Amino acid sequence: MPSLDEGTPLFVQIAGQLADDIVDGQLTEGTRVPSTNELAAFYRINPATAAKGINMLVDEGVLEKRRGIGMFVADGAREQLLAARRKLFAEQYVGPMVAEANRLGIDNDTLVSLVKETSANNASANNGGKTR
Amino acid sequence: MTPTISVAGLSRRYRGHTALDNISLTVEPDTVTGLLGRNGAGKTTLLRIITGLEFPTDGEVTVFGAVPAENEAVLRRMVFVREEQSYPDFRVGTAIRVASWFYPYWSAELAEQLIADFELPLSRRIGRLSRGMRSAVGIVIGLAARAELTLFDEPYAGLDAVARQLFYDRLLTDYAEHPRTIVLSTHLVDEVANLLEHVVMLDHGRVALDAPTDEIRGTAMTVSGPATAVEEFVAGGPVWHRQAVASRASVVVPGPFDAAAQARARALHLSLEPLSLQQLLVHASGGAAQEKVCA
Repeated sequence: MPSLDEGTPLFVQIAGQLADDIVDGQLTEGTRVPSTNELAAFYRINPATAAKGINMLVDEGVLEKRRGIGMFVADGAREQLLAARRKLFAEQYVGPMVAEANRLGIDNDTLVSLVKETSANNASANNGGKTR
Repeated sequence: MTPTISVAGLSRRYRGHTALDNISLTVEPDTVTGLLGRNGAGKTTLLRIITGLEFPTDGEVTVFGAVPAENEAVLRRMVFVREEQSYPDFRVGTAIRVASWFYPYWSAELAEQLIADFELPLSRRIGRLSRGMRSAVGIVIGLAARAELTLFDEPYAGLDAVARQLFYDRLLTDYAEHPRTIVLSTHLVDEVANLLEHVVMLDHGRVALDAPTDEIRGTAMTVSGPATAVEEFVAGGPVWHRQAVASRASVVVPGPFDAAAQARARALHLSLEPLSLQQLLVHASGGAAQEKVCA
């Protein structure tokens, strides 16, 4: 069962999960996205709610409607979503991280070196995975 | 668009007891509405009046723009599946066939699929079915009728969680392909929350809540953390529920929670946990009572 949380309106979550798939490259530009009814059956939600989620992405220009065929990922959708998410990155991720670091008495220099270290570890772990 | 159901100033009083107290609401066409509330809140009485089985004491109810009581033209457009519905002691197959004659949009194909899904024994007499099987007969008829207005009143007595999920899934799929107006009366709120577009909650014969599900979700939160920080956060605001252990406290507060409020909670190291629809309804009715006690 796909997970949806309680706090956010469902249609926002549906839009968010489709957007995730586009950002991750699961849904490439020009491909058809699942229909309202397919989404409703998959997430076990009301079709009107699914439609609201899709329409939200249509309004943002991420999806486009082709009459009689369905909804498709618009050209440039991935870049657009990436740009929007980069804008939110500081607020959503860096802010809370810095706040927690302050709380624990981790100074800025230590924090920066931790970030670099983690990033290096992730990179080598990924490379290790690829060469195998 | 004309509402499918329109209720205005409706009251139903029995000797010494008020089941419905001046309620007004509308149900829009091609939506799924949850009719929620505790036992005795008035849900069944309301559905019985909508389906013409009972008369209002005061006020007016119209369905498809007409008064439903003794109105064959209106009644044929709706199907009402009741809790623990009684049937004549037909065989299962006969009961379903008789139902098929009555409903103009009956789908034999869907009926067949549902009979297989619920593994209903067609040749067994209804009187010899288990409670759950009897409920399944009602569900088959209620869905296969594809009536323009479909009303389910706690239709799942004796059905286990797997069978109930089957019911919700079939309802959703068929509704998506054949939109119609559905009213689902239930107290298993969290099981159906995601299917509902609109929620009406009755409490002691009155409408306690009448809103789109989207607007209700995430409005109330449980705020927990160090007691002093919690108190600072809620200072002066309404609190539905309070709980404390040692130096930690947890309170339920109605929202809405804007970005500023969330940032304030983060700064105080508080955790915010949204309420499920079920919890929200419990607090919405219980909270009102608590405030009365305080006043």
